[in-house]
Amino acid sequence: MIEIRDLYKTYGSGGAEVHALAGVDLDVAAGEVLMLMGPSGSGKTTLLSVMGCILRATSGSVKIEGREVARMAENKLPEVRLKHFGFIFQGFNLFPALTARENVELALKLKGLKGTRAKAEAAALLEQVGLADKLNAFPSDLSGGQKQRVAIARALAGEPPIVLADEPTAALDSQSGLTVMEILTGLARKRGRAVVVVTHDNRVLQYADRIVRIADGRVVDEEDRERAA
Amino acid sequence: MFKLAWKNLFHDRVRLAVTLVGIVFALVLILVQFGLFLSFLDTSANIVERSGADLWITAPKVPYVNGGPPLSEANRWKALAVEGVERVDRYILAWVPWKLKSGAIESVQVVGYNLDSGLGGPWNVVAGSVEDLRGEDTVMVDEIYKDLLGVTHIGQVFEISNRRARIVGFTRGIRSFTTAPFVFCSFKNAQNYGAGNLREDQAVYLLVKGKAGIALEALRAAVQAKVPELDVLTNAEMHGRTQTHWVFATGAGITTLMGAVLGLIVGVVVVAQTIYAATVDHIREFGTLKAMGASNGRIYEVILAQAAISGGMGYAVAIAIAAFIARGSEGGNAPIALPPEVAAGTLLLALAMCMGASVISIRKATRIDPAMVFRG
Repeated sequence: MIEIRDLYKTYGSGGAEVHALAGVDLDVAAGEVLMLMGPSGSGKTTLLSVMGCILRATSGSVKIEGREVARMAENKLPEVRLKHFGFIFQGFNLFPALTARENVELALKLKGLKGTRAKAEAAALLEQVGLADKLNAFPSDLSGGQKQRVAIARALAGEPPIVLADEPTAALDSQSGLTVMEILTGLARKRGRAVVVVTHDNRVLQYADRIVRIADGRVVDEEDRERAA
Repeated sequence: MFKLAWKNLFHDRVRLAVTLVGIVFALVLILVQFGLFLSFLDTSANIVERSGADLWITAPKVPYVNGGPPLSEANRWKALAVEGVERVDRYILAWVPWKLKSGAIESVQVVGYNLDSGLGGPWNVVAGSVEDLRGEDTVMVDEIYKDLLGVTHIGQVFEISNRRARIVGFTRGIRSFTTAPFVFCSFKNAQNYGAGNLREDQAVYLLVKGKAGIALEALRAAVQAKVPELDVLTNAEMHGRTQTHWVFATGAGITTLMGAVLGLIVGVVVVAQTIYAATVDHIREFGTLKAMGASNGRIYEVILAQAAISGGMGYAVAIAIAAFIARGSEGGNAPIALPPEVAAGTLLLALAMCMGASVISIRKATRIDPAMVFRG
């Protein structure tokens, strides 16, 4: 589903060059939960950004469902993000002026769904994450775990094949964190989505199919589920 | 996207109020300053603008309408001889002393005109009639100057140049640019008041009315040829010359103009800062939208809609306040003009300022570092 080869992301030039990513090779398959781990500044978020077509690579190849995106024109990337990805952020990044349903509806509208269909679909997505009774609640009225579940519902809008999550449990208590991970794992197992999670949280490693460790912009270790367990 | 823009604005009402206060302040400042300037322009040459004359014959190089050396009546006959001229009226506009009941003296500008043609006469008469000016020693003043001249009602008698002057009517809104009010009367009465120290056969200006359909420039050239030693100006030229004198040759005009320009600059800066701050407040949300796959165009839509809503709302409040101030200023010495063109122009300006200011933040929103979006 995602194929990354010899990926570089370099900031600055000449003597001031900094390689945020330095020759990363990585594959992510459908139905897989892949966790990216590593110390701060190791390049995890940069890798997630390049993978999600938010940031452009300096060199190398990134294929999303067989389509090369690394050298794609800047103005084509939003369409790729819209079609292939759902994003989940550490800080939830919900729109505070919109209700839970409107937050999800907004993502659906970006993907072309309008009117009552968008409303109904947003309600259904929120129901899937256990928030059927919070449709009209504003983010400020929700707990951290509930906000993250709204964010997951939003990421699922339009049924993207890939979900990218950046520290999705970092701002949550243990129980909420586990609930969120169970939802994400369920997405991979039951719906065949590829789920990539950047995390520092050892509590959630049990949900990984594969753990990829990154340091200094390179993949330094990979563990499959059995080995991690 | 409009819904998101609307909800973004109304979600934080304190922020919205701060934004609107900034916009309203800026727009009221602009409206008032330009209103003062427009009123200044209007007042400086209103007597010319409303004269009804096609041409003005004046002594050479008279810089503005409020004075000038006398002209011989012979020039009137010369002008009348030009084909296409319907009539030529003698006209006086000159400073004379007005004696109040207290004995104090106020300077006024006597406007002596031909009652038959009405060229250069008063307008907007709200009490009495211009026909009453046919009586001997009769005058008409504007309501605004009642207190200054000690006038309370029709029929009162004062002294102009030690000669009686009986009030027979009032006008409304005919301001004088100088501190000396206009006092309208017949040409004969103006002569009697010694205005301009004229001899019987002299005038300060000659006002020319052309026949219907006559080409103005051709008429001007023909009259000029008859009186080559004098200036023959179209009404628009006389109007422009007078305005230019008061605007550029006096400190008052430059000051008012500078006030208007500064009002515009301060307004633009205040609006730009306000809108920029309001947009940057939502920068994280725009980053999220971008990450979710919204094109830059969709983000522009939200930002511009927010700016347009803010600008429109700010304008609605500002125009109401400016109209209130303008109305309150009508009877004062510094009236504020608020014509529909200015109101409409300010709406466009408000929208342009708000949307222009938001364009600066658009650049910021569309070049967001993705790491910022992912940061907790």
